[in-house]
Amino acid sequence: MSNAKASAAPLPAVPYLKLPPDGEPYLEGQKCGPCGAIFLGERQVCSKCGAKGALEATRLANRGKLHVYSIVHRSFPGIEVPYISAIVDLEGGGTVKGNLINIEPDPEKIAFGMPVEVVYQDALGRRDKEGNAYIAYFFQPAS
Amino acid sequence: MTDAFVVGIDMIKFGRFPERTVPDIGAESALLALDDCGLKIQDMQALYCGNLGQASAMVGQRILQEIGQTGMPVVNCANACATGATAFREAWMSVKAGVYDLVLAVGVEQMGKGLLGGVGGGKGIPREGLLGSGTMPAVFAEAGQEHANKYGTTFEQFAKVSVKNHHHSTLNAKAMYQIETPLDVVMNAEMIAYPNTKLMCSVNVDGSAAAVIASEKKARELGLMARAVKVSASALTSDPWQERDLVMPDVNTCTRRARDKAFEMAGVGAEDIDLVELHDCFATAEILHYENLGLCDEGEAGRLIDEGETALGGRIPVNVSGGLLSKGHPLGATGIANIYEVSTHLRGEAGKRQVEGAKVGMTHVIGLGSACGIHILEKVAA
Ligand SMILES: [Zn+2]
Repeated sequence: MSNAKASAAPLPAVPYLKLPPDGEPYLEGQKCGPCGAIFLGERQVCSKCGAKGALEATRLANRGKLHVYSIVHRSFPGIEVPYISAIVDLEGGGTVKGNLINIEPDPEKIAFGMPVEVVYQDALGRRDKEGNAYIAYFFQPAS
Repeated sequence: MTDAFVVGIDMIKFGRFPERTVPDIGAESALLALDDCGLKIQDMQALYCGNLGQASAMVGQRILQEIGQTGMPVVNCANACATGATAFREAWMSVKAGVYDLVLAVGVEQMGKGLLGGVGGGKGIPREGLLGSGTMPAVFAEAGQEHANKYGTTFEQFAKVSVKNHHHSTLNAKAMYQIETPLDVVMNAEMIAYPNTKLMCSVNVDGSAAAVIASEKKARELGLMARAVKVSASALTSDPWQERDLVMPDVNTCTRRARDKAFEMAGVGAEDIDLVELHDCFATAEILHYENLGLCDEGEAGRLIDEGETALGGRIPVNVSGGLLSKGHPLGATGIANIYEVSTHLRGEAGKRQVEGAKVGMTHVIGLGSACGIHILEKVAA
C-alpha cells in the first residue's frame, strides 16, 4: 500500500468531529433555533419541528452521562473484541454513540448514568486505503 | 368498505437452503397457501411480494415465472424486518379499497449465517468497534438496557424469554429448531453483546410464507368462510423524532403508535387478545414489547416473564410458534409467518401448541430504521 497520497495530519473519523488546526478537537452538532433539537451532521430541515434553514453549528460538550451500553464480544472479522458500545447524553444536549474506554468490560463495573468525558485519540491504528491516519472520539469515566 | 379475510395461508419449514433460489423458496409457500384454500394462481388478481436481500431483482415476477405468468400486477416491497407485514398490508389495502377481491401476498428470504448490521461505508475507515457498535445484537442489547436502567430488569429475566420461546418451538415442526434450552444453558451460551448471548439472538434462516386475501363477498362466493380469518386491523408506522434516535433506534414509540391505531381500528383492547406473535429478534426486545403492546403495565414485563404469563397455558401466550429466536427469522418472510401462526390458532388447527379457545390474535414486527407493522386477526363466528 502506498502512502504517497496520505495527508500529513490525521483526519477526523466522522464529519461531526472537528479538528481545528490551532485548537482542541470537539464534536459539532447542528442545533435547531426554533425547537432546540440537536443533530449530528447537516440536513435541510429540522426533522423534529420542520423549520427550514434554521440549523446552526454548535460545539457540543466534552462531558456527559452514560445512558446505556452493551459489551460487544462478537463482531465482524478483524474487529478486536471485547469493547463497550456506549450511548452518552452530553451536557447541554446531543446524544452520541462511541466506545467507552479505560474501564473493565464488566457489567458489575459499569453504572447507568455514570459521568463520562469525551477524549480524542488515534482511531485504534486504523488507516484508509490511502494510508491516512484518523482521530476518533472515545468516552472514559469522569469524576 | 368491505372486510378482508385470510382464506388461505401457509409457510414452509424454516431452514437453510443454500442450493435453492429465492423465487423457488417463495414459490413453495405461494403454492401451499393456494392449496390451503383450493385456488390456483390464475385465480389471483395481484401479487404483493416482500423480500429484502434481492430487493432490486423483481422477486415477485420471478416467482410467477415458476408458478404461472398470468400478467397480473406485481408489487415488490422492502421494509427491513417489516417487509413481509408490509407486503401483506398492501395486499389487504387493495382488497379494502375494492380494487381487487382476491390477491396473494408472499414473503421470502434467503439469508446465510452470520451477524447482521453495518461495518461502515467504503470511504474512510470502518467505524464498527471504534465508535461503538452497529451490530444488531448490540443495538437491541442497548434498547433492552434502557429497561434494565428504568426497572432493574435482569440478565436472567431477559434470558427466560429465550427459554420460553425455545420450549414453544419443540411443539412446532415448522420451526428451525426443536430443542429445549434451560436457563443455565441460555445464560452460559457464548456472549455476543451483553446481555444477549447467542441463544438470545434470532436464528438467521431461509424461509417463506404466503397468504391469500379475499373480500367478504368473494370469500362467501367461494365457500371459504368456514376457515377464514378476519383481518380486523392493519397498522404501519415509522419512527417519530426522538431525542436519541440518530444514534439509538427507538423501537418503542413506533410500536406503541401502531398498537393504538390497531386497537382503534379493530375495536378491541389488549384484554381481548388471546395470543401474540411479536418481534423477538433478540430476547431483550420481547421484554420491551410486552409493555409496548399493552400486555402489562409499565415496568411489569420482568414479572410477566417470571410468572410464566406469556408461556403457552399462561394468561397471554407470546410467540408460541417459537418466535424469531427459535422458529427462525427469514427477514422478508417473518411478517407473514407470524400471521400464519396466529391464523392457525384461530382456526383451531395448531395441534399440540394450540392456544385453547383463541378468538383474537395480534402480530407485530419491527424493521429497524424504522417500520412497525401490527395486524389484529379474528376468528370468524360460526
Ligand atoms: Zn426544530
